[in-house]
Amino acid sequence: MNKFSWYEAKSVEDAVKQVNNTVSEELYLPSGKAAIFKSGGIDVLDLVKEGLIQPKTIVNVRNIPGLNKISFDDNGLRIGANVTLAEIEGNEAVKTRYAALHEAVAHAATPQLRNMSTIAGNLAQRTRCWYFRSSDHPCFRKGGDKCFAKHSETGQNENHAILENDRCVSVYASSVATALLAYQGSVMITNGKMESRQVPLSEFFVAPDQDVSRENILEPNDLITEISVPAPDMNTKSYYSKQVQRASYDWSMADVAIVAQMNGDTCEKITITLGAAAPIPIRAYEAEKIVLNKKINEERATRAAKVAMENAKPLSKNSYKLPLFESIIKQGLLEIA
Amino acid sequence: MKKLASGKSKKSISRRGFIRGAGLTTAGTVVLNSGVLAFEHKESYPKGDLIAEGAVEIKMKVNGLSRTLSVEPRTTLADALRDQLDMTGTKIVCDRGSCSACTVYLDGKPINSCMTMALDVGQQEVTTIEGISSGEKLHPVQEAFIEHDATQCGYCTPGMVMSCVHLLKHNSNPTLDDVKHATRGNLCRCGTYPHVFKATLSAAEKMK
Repeated sequence: MNKFSWYEAKSVEDAVKQVNNTVSEELYLPSGKAAIFKSGGIDVLDLVKEGLIQPKTIVNVRNIPGLNKISFDDNGLRIGANVTLAEIEGNEAVKTRYAALHEAVAHAATPQLRNMSTIAGNLAQRTRCWYFRSSDHPCFRKGGDKCFAKHSETGQNENHAILENDRCVSVYASSVATALLAYQGSVMITNGKMESRQVPLSEFFVAPDQDVSRENILEPNDLITEISVPAPDMNTKSYYSKQVQRASYDWSMADVAIVAQMNGDTCEKITITLGAAAPIPIRAYEAEKIVLNKKINEERATRAAKVAMENAKPLSKNSYKLPLFESIIKQGLLEIA
Repeated sequence: MKKLASGKSKKSISRRGFIRGAGLTTAGTVVLNSGVLAFEHKESYPKGDLIAEGAVEIKMKVNGLSRTLSVEPRTTLADALRDQLDMTGTKIVCDRGSCSACTVYLDGKPINSCMTMALDVGQQEVTTIEGISSGEKLHPVQEAFIEHDATQCGYCTPGMVMSCVHLLKHNSNPTLDDVKHATRGNLCRCGTYPHVFKATLSAAEKMK
């Protein structure tokens, strides 16, 4: 592990003045010059231990007052950037009003890591693609000229993307993001000039064809201060399921979140989001159209699930994901119906 | 990974002590900050200050005692406990937060000490596996682990015990599923899980 100095930020203003690089950009620096943010520190420390980043300074934002509150009112849920996954899991409003989010958080990582990981860090973590995480593999995301996972014979691509996978086939690490995207949550970001902006999650993630070097829009000095989620309507039903190899804990092979506003058995509003399907969490718009303003029945649920996988291009070792996603989407739709 | 200068005298030269001693030569170039960061008193924490790369003295509350340690900003809590305080009960196995062998409590909550920076501990109280027993008297969970043969190579055991003791502290009447849920993060390559579950359930009975 490289040596670094430590800056204990006392306020958001104090923090954003100190930082000159994002974790993503740090990957391209030959030697440590960057000051980067750290909160729970799990992903930053992981990248440092792996030698993928060599920051000069860690700006610790974990103890900034006011960023560790979670609240719920008529306008919805507000989760401070430093709220841990365990705190979200234990929150009554999340349990009762945001069932899909609760399910996603409760199945993220391990009990130990949920006590440490913050929501902002969870959303901003880099992909778990093992080629990306290995300093021996200069892949697209690290400025290299190939995707090792995509190779039809040697690529270990069991966990990789089946949609929007023309270039980099990694999948987004956060499965909580899948649920937050389904609830149409947004991220509050403060920049170095102390200007705050609210970015819907649908605009927060960056796909490889836009910029393969990063997975989100965060710029140097950009600090996530809060995640907000609109209040669900009285008739809102939600569903979340994550399929993993080990029952105890694991990274997602396929996860699906559905948030729908129901009028009887007719679906008046719906978002279906897929995690571990594409390099970023995505909405299955075409599948949503099948059930929107219709009664959800077995036939429509089956068709919506098929449509969601219509453009899938499985890699050499992950065609299992198609029937997996289809069955979760179908089951989810029938459950909320 | 380079070991840090512990600055403590050793009673005898153990293998571990020898390795650490060998590491001292590299640590000789580290410029020690003179100021002691007294983490118990917030007001004496450097305000908006940069803590330099080298070693710095901090105070940390471990198993009820205030301890003084010399850590670098990059030092993890697991390394600090093992190398600085000779508390080697906490094991480092994967060193990435994936196996939970390094589980300790921060203010009573189980966390991975291998992924926690020592500087992050601040005023929080650390409880390690050494703090689970009362002197020579083992905790009922530890006794049950022996009785039910819940250890093989032993590397995961301290972390397992920490997870199970934490469960019983908050749930005196756990089901098998509760025990499985509590130990979800703890990996055992020997596959002692069924014995760990039996031991924990039996300890829960005895503690009633």
